[in-house]
Formats: sequence, structure tokens, C-alpha cells
Amino acid sequence: MLFEEFFRPPVWTIADLTRYIRDLVAGDDNLRELWVQGEVSNFKVASSGHAYFTLKDGKAQLPCVMWKPQVLRQQRHFLPRNGDAVEAHGHIDVYEAGGRYQFYADVLRPVGEGALYREFQRLKAKLEAEGLFDEARKRPLPRFPQRIGVVTSATGAALRDILNTLRRRYPLAEVVLAPALVQGQEAPAAIVEALRALNAHARPDLIILARGGGSLEDLWAFNDEAVARAVAASEAPVITGVGHQTDFTLADYAADLRAPTPTGAAEQAVPHRDDLLMVLRGLETRLNRAAMAALASRRAALTALEVRLQRHAPLYRLFSQAQRLDELTRQMDTAAQHAFALRRMRLEGLAQRLEALNPLAVLQRGYALVTDAKGQVVRQPAQAPVDAEIRVRLAEGGLRARVTAHENDPAR
Amino acid sequence: MMADKTTPPPVETLTYEQAFGELEAVVAALEQQEHPLEEALALYARGQALLQRCRRLLEEAELKVQRLSGGALQPFAADDEAAEEGA
Repeated sequence: MLFEEFFRPPVWTIADLTRYIRDLVAGDDNLRELWVQGEVSNFKVASSGHAYFTLKDGKAQLPCVMWKPQVLRQQRHFLPRNGDAVEAHGHIDVYEAGGRYQFYADVLRPVGEGALYREFQRLKAKLEAEGLFDEARKRPLPRFPQRIGVVTSATGAALRDILNTLRRRYPLAEVVLAPALVQGQEAPAAIVEALRALNAHARPDLIILARGGGSLEDLWAFNDEAVARAVAASEAPVITGVGHQTDFTLADYAADLRAPTPTGAAEQAVPHRDDLLMVLRGLETRLNRAAMAALASRRAALTALEVRLQRHAPLYRLFSQAQRLDELTRQMDTAAQHAFALRRMRLEGLAQRLEALNPLAVLQRGYALVTDAKGQVVRQPAQAPVDAEIRVRLAEGGLRARVTAHENDPAR
Repeated sequence: MMADKTTPPPVETLTYEQAFGELEAVVAALEQQEHPLEEALALYARGQALLQRCRRLLEEAELKVQRLSGGALQPFAADDEAAEEGA
């Protein structure tokens, strides 16, 4: 007996046992996160805000709890009524005080398509039919946006990511933040108002609408019809950066460009300054080369022109004409001197001839001039009869004489 | 584009987009080589000024952040972010 007593298995306390079971449950990956389908019964929201209900099918039932925050969120989309067939997302845990395991639900949706998804599809089809998502509606983004509007939470990581990205890539920009709630019931209205205010008061070149990552639920504001319409109606082009890699929101479809994250949106919004500096270097090279080429071709043309110009330059013509003038002057002088000399020579000739004709000059050489009494020059004997008085003019003085005889053939 | 005879605005007044756009036009115009020398030299000088303007903007700019509040723009420093709770 003592032996049996000694080796008796230990006795559990209820708490220990329950804790042990709870650890088993908690350690099971299948139970940590799951979807379960059933019919809702006994749905009740307690004064604490938590909801209690039971999910069941024909063979079993599962007690469920939904805490207040999830209830509040669920209220915006879908609150089940008893009898509804729903799919619930959550995990299994042990409620130690009640001694039972429970399902802790965080999302409820009608069986089949989830309500959100169904609503999403309905809205998407509607807006699509209106042409709100047409490619033709997408506006080109400015190459160098000067002013960038940002609609996001003023406190979120999204804003920090956007500002850091813009600062790194393109600090030339000016950012105008229009803070908006991006989650919760008031978020859609806040986003619509922020977009309106930005367009009305800040006139940005483009707008980044962003939100950090989250569950599909968290991003629900971006599936709001009014938000999608405001995005499409925005005067400035809109880039969305709603942090979800795979799912497109309606705002994404309506936007001019969709980026998967806030950082991605900021990258799409602006060029990188390193790229711009590289482009500038290229332009500088082209500018210098074009200027050099312009100069070189001008210089060649200039040289050619210079030669022609010198030939036709007014100064050149002036010089050449002055030279011509000099030549003419010289010619004229020569001609004048020539003519003068010629005249003098003629004059001298004349003078000589005149001298030769001077009768007195002849007298100097011993000749005599004979005249009759009346002064007529006597050339023949007949002009002076014998005994007639004649006058003989000599070089110096004269004679009166009488003709004594005539001689017909004077000797030479 | 550069053919207008109006005196161009001083480069300091130009945004990056304006300066860069004009620079592209100036280079293209100069490359066509259909300008009187004096004009070509003026284009070159303008191009250099635009180039420096663009460089300065890229290298010296600091991101300016404002916050739209009730239709008015107010300065918004990144350091204020913590104080912006509940926006």
C-alpha cells in the first residue's frame, strides 16, 4: 500500500490543468490563426462593447468573443444577426475562468464573398462603367514638380518616408502637407476635404495620397467611393502610395499613377537630382561644343571674308584713290612742266627769229639800209635816179648821199 | 523659342523647370548654327547662366515643408511631427 501511495501520480490543480491545456492550444499553429464558418446565434454586444455569440453547424458549436475595437471596426461594414451564415477570422484560446475554449474573432464576413470585397467589386464596376478609371483620364505627371501636395497622416511613418525620399531625390520641391486621417470612419471625408483644400488653396503640381502598410481593413478608406471620385476629380494629378503590395484600392484605380508604398509614390513624383546633374553635364558638353563649332565655323568664314573685305574696304578704296590722285598729280605736274618748257623753247625760238629779223641787227653786221627821201626802202636802182638824194642807215647814225651811177649787176 | 527679341528674365527668378526648359532650347538653337555670331555668343552666355542656375538649385536646395491649415500655409518642420498628434 505504501508503495502504491508513494508512486501515486501527482494531483493537478484546476488552474494548472487549465493552464496546461491552454498552452497546448496556444502552441498549435493551426489554432493560432484561422477562418471558420458557421451560423451565428446568441449574438450580443455587451455594455462593455465586447460582442459574444456562438457559431454552430448541425453537429457542433463554438463559443465566440469579439473585443470592442474589432466590434467598432466591424460595425462600419457588417454586423451579423442571428441566423446569418458567416465566416469568422481569429484564433482559438482557452478561457480559463470559464473552463472552456473559445474563438476570438477579429473579422466577420458573410459567407461567400466577403461583404467588403463584394462592396468593393460593386463600386469598382460602377466607377469603371463611368469611365473613372480610364487610361485616357490619366494625366501626365509634371517633369519637375515645384509644389507637391501630400495627403496623409501628419504623424505617420508614411509622411516621414515621403519627406525623406523627396529630400534625398529632389529637394527643390516645396511640400504642402494637408493632414488627414487615413483610417477609421472619418477618414474618407477627411481625405476628400484634404484633396479639395490642397487644390483650392495650394495649387500643387501634383498630389501624393499615401498611407503606410496595413491590413485590407486598415486601407478601407481608400476604397471609399467619395475618395475615389475626389482623386479622379483632383485638379492636380494624384499619385497613390497606399501601403499594400498586392491589393489595389479604388483610389489606386482612380489615381493618375499608383505606387505600392509611400516611398514609391515619392520616388515616382520627382526625378533624382543625381540623374538631373548627369543630364546637365550632357547639356553642358553640348552647349560648349555647339559654341566652339559656331566659333570655329565663324572664324573660318571670317578669315575668308577678311580677305575679301580688305579688297573692298572703303578705306582700301580711299587709299587706292589717294594713290591714283598722287599719280595724276604727278602726271599733271610733269605735263605742265613739259608744256611750260615747250612754250619757253618756242618763245626763245621766236625771240631768236625776231632778233634775226631786226633790221638794226643786220646793220650791226655791216649792212646798210637805203631809203629814198621819202623813207621808202630802196631795193632796185630804179627807185633812186642818178642825182637823187638817198639816205643810208648804218648801225650807228646815217648818211645822206647822192646817187652817182647805176650798176645793174652788183657783185656779191 | 529663343528667337524672341525680348530680354530674357534673370536666371535667378527661374524655377528649375523654366531654367532647364530654356537651357534645352538654347542648346538646340545653338546646335542649329543659324545665328549671327553675336546672337550665338549671347545664346552661349545665356546657356551657361541657365546651367549654373540649374546646378545651384539642385545642389543647394533644401526641401521646404509647409502645412495647409484652414486655407493658409504654415511652416511645418519635420521635428514638429511628434507634436502633430491627432491631426
